Amino acid sequence: MLQIKNVHASVEDKVILNGINLEVKAGEVHAIMGPNGAGKSTLASVISGKEEYEMTDGEIILDNEDITELDPEERAHKGVFMSFQYPISIPGVSTTNFIKTAINETRKSKGLEDMPASEMLKMIKEKAELLDIDRKFLSRSLNEGFSGGEKKRNEIFQMAMLEPKLAILDETDSGLDIDALKIVANGVNKLKSNDNAVVVITHYQRLLDYIVPDFVHVLMDGKIVKSGTKELAYELEEKGYDWIKEELVK
Amino acid sequence: MDLKDKLLTSHIAFEDNLKADSPLYDLRSNALKVFEEKGFPSKKEENWKYTSLNSLLKKDYCISPKGDTDIEFKNVKQYFLHNVDTYKVVFIDGVYSSYLSETTHDGIDVCLLSSAFDKSKYRPVIESYFNKAAKKEGLTQLNTAFTKEGAFIHIPKNKEADKPIEIIYFSTGNEATLFVQPRNLIIADENAHVQIIERHQSLSSNAVLTNAVTEIFADKRAMVDYYKIQNDTPEASLVDSTYIKQERESICSVHTFSFGGKITRNNLQFTQEGEYCDSILNGVTIIGDKQHVDHNTLVHHIAENCESHQDYKGIFDDSSTGVFNGKVYVEKEAQKLDAFQQNNNILISDKATINAKPQLEIFADDVKCSHGCTIGQMDSDALFYMRSRGIGEKEAKALLMYAFANNVLESVKIPELKSRINKLIAEKIGVSLGFEL
Repeated sequence: MLQIKNVHASVEDKVILNGINLEVKAGEVHAIMGPNGAGKSTLASVISGKEEYEMTDGEIILDNEDITELDPEERAHKGVFMSFQYPISIPGVSTTNFIKTAINETRKSKGLEDMPASEMLKMIKEKAELLDIDRKFLSRSLNEGFSGGEKKRNEIFQMAMLEPKLAILDETDSGLDIDALKIVANGVNKLKSNDNAVVVITHYQRLLDYIVPDFVHVLMDGKIVKSGTKELAYELEEKGYDWIKEELVK
Repeated sequence: MDLKDKLLTSHIAFEDNLKADSPLYDLRSNALKVFEEKGFPSKKEENWKYTSLNSLLKKDYCISPKGDTDIEFKNVKQYFLHNVDTYKVVFIDGVYSSYLSETTHDGIDVCLLSSAFDKSKYRPVIESYFNKAAKKEGLTQLNTAFTKEGAFIHIPKNKEADKPIEIIYFSTGNEATLFVQPRNLIIADENAHVQIIERHQSLSSNAVLTNAVTEIFADKRAMVDYYKIQNDTPEASLVDSTYIKQERESICSVHTFSFGGKITRNNLQFTQEGEYCDSILNGVTIIGDKQHVDHNTLVHHIAENCESHQDYKGIFDDSSTGVFNGKVYVEKEAQKLDAFQQNNNILISDKATINAKPQLEIFADDVKCSHGCTIGQMDSDALFYMRSRGIGEKEAKALLMYAFANNVLESVKIPELKSRINKLIAEKIGVSLGFEL
């Protein structure tokens, strides 16, 4: 589904990604772990098309189509979704209106009519229940005054509404207590199918107890330096990242 | 002959056309003297530093239009509120249009200022209120000197206007250049309630300069909500001076929506004379091209335990310029005050300019006053966030601008008006969204 080939990226002339290769197939869950500053969030932003990051080399292929040059909204229309590490608050726009606009813009790009209001309401109700979100909460301004956990839950709610092919969860576990983490992970697992894929970016192994990865990759200094199965995550949790560095030096 | 001389010399002829025994005779001649002495404002005055009327004053204006023109309702229907019943006081080139108006004397007075001037039963009211709130400023007194027509609204004690009142001034463009000076007098007696919408609208591309003055008196516990829609044609300019006097426990709000016109200057002055008053001053400005909008506000706090809330948002595109000059003046006696002033601006183009000057002058020692002013570009992180959800760049920007203006719309109490303003904002920004804020 997703192929990342030799991706180099920099921001303001500072090289952050230094030749990333990654293949994610439909139905898979990949975890990307790594120390602070390794380039994890940059990778997520580059896949989503953030313009501040300049891709100096490489390709991003989604379903056999090169999306390297596409705008963020075009990538979203093709099924790319990123759950933000720091979701933006937009005072004055309710979550409901925001997600309605997002869904209808995506439909418009495919030549479809707006989703009928009754269908939209039904979907909102379903997805809100899935994530244990009070619907009153959805009429509040997007992310404004939300706690860290509420913001993350709201991100996954949006994911549930948009039904992406490829979901990138950027540090979705940060700021979540264990109960909220379970709800969020449960939501992600229910949305998971053989037709979509999830890339989980995280610093800690904890989230991976709930969203179990098929593959774990270690990102360091802008490169994937080690890949393995979920056992690698436990090893990292136990031993930290230094041993990989030492291994690399050898 | 420049405009000032032209006006001064024409005043005699103006007076001749009015009733000789008018109680306003002295008032008018005194006002003319003030104008003669002060003249039109210039950029040398601190309050006019960023707004020049020079380009407007050079034109050769028609100052006494014939006004025998009629316009068809279907051609101006769009400027009225729909789906809601309203009283209407409508003027065409400064002359009252009975055909387009719907006035009343049933319990409340919604009518013409000229008829209030002429009828003896209104004389005590006119004598107690007319020109009593207006300040001795050149343009305001010029208006007083030539006051002939406008809206007169009087809501007696404990009465409530049963529907909103629309005051609309149309200019037809039959004169190539027109100078008009409408005058409104609004009196809400004790515990009276009224909602008013005011609009100046040019129906052609000809130049119009409007020097409007409105006086509003809110007695004890009165509630007055005033909405100004400024969405005029590119050659229409407006100097609007609105003076509001509030007695104890009254609540007055003025919303100013500035979306059009060439040069628009809003002088908005509140005076709180009694305790526990609340004054609300809100504005949304969205302009482009070479348009200019200047908000000059003053809230004068005299009594204890009062509040004032100012919230002005501006979005400036192309080479447009904006001014926000807001002053809060707190007298020594005005203790336990809560005054809030906020002015936020977004500059969309590199060539757009905003001059913002918030001022607090506080002589009391037990008050809560806050003010904030921001000038910025569109938040790129917020744009990326929205785009990553599939919302196109143009729509994302529009949504951000909508959201930005939203606070101000929230306090609009007439739902029909709110949705109209919503549509105007969408129109200004050039997109349609599937919902209203």
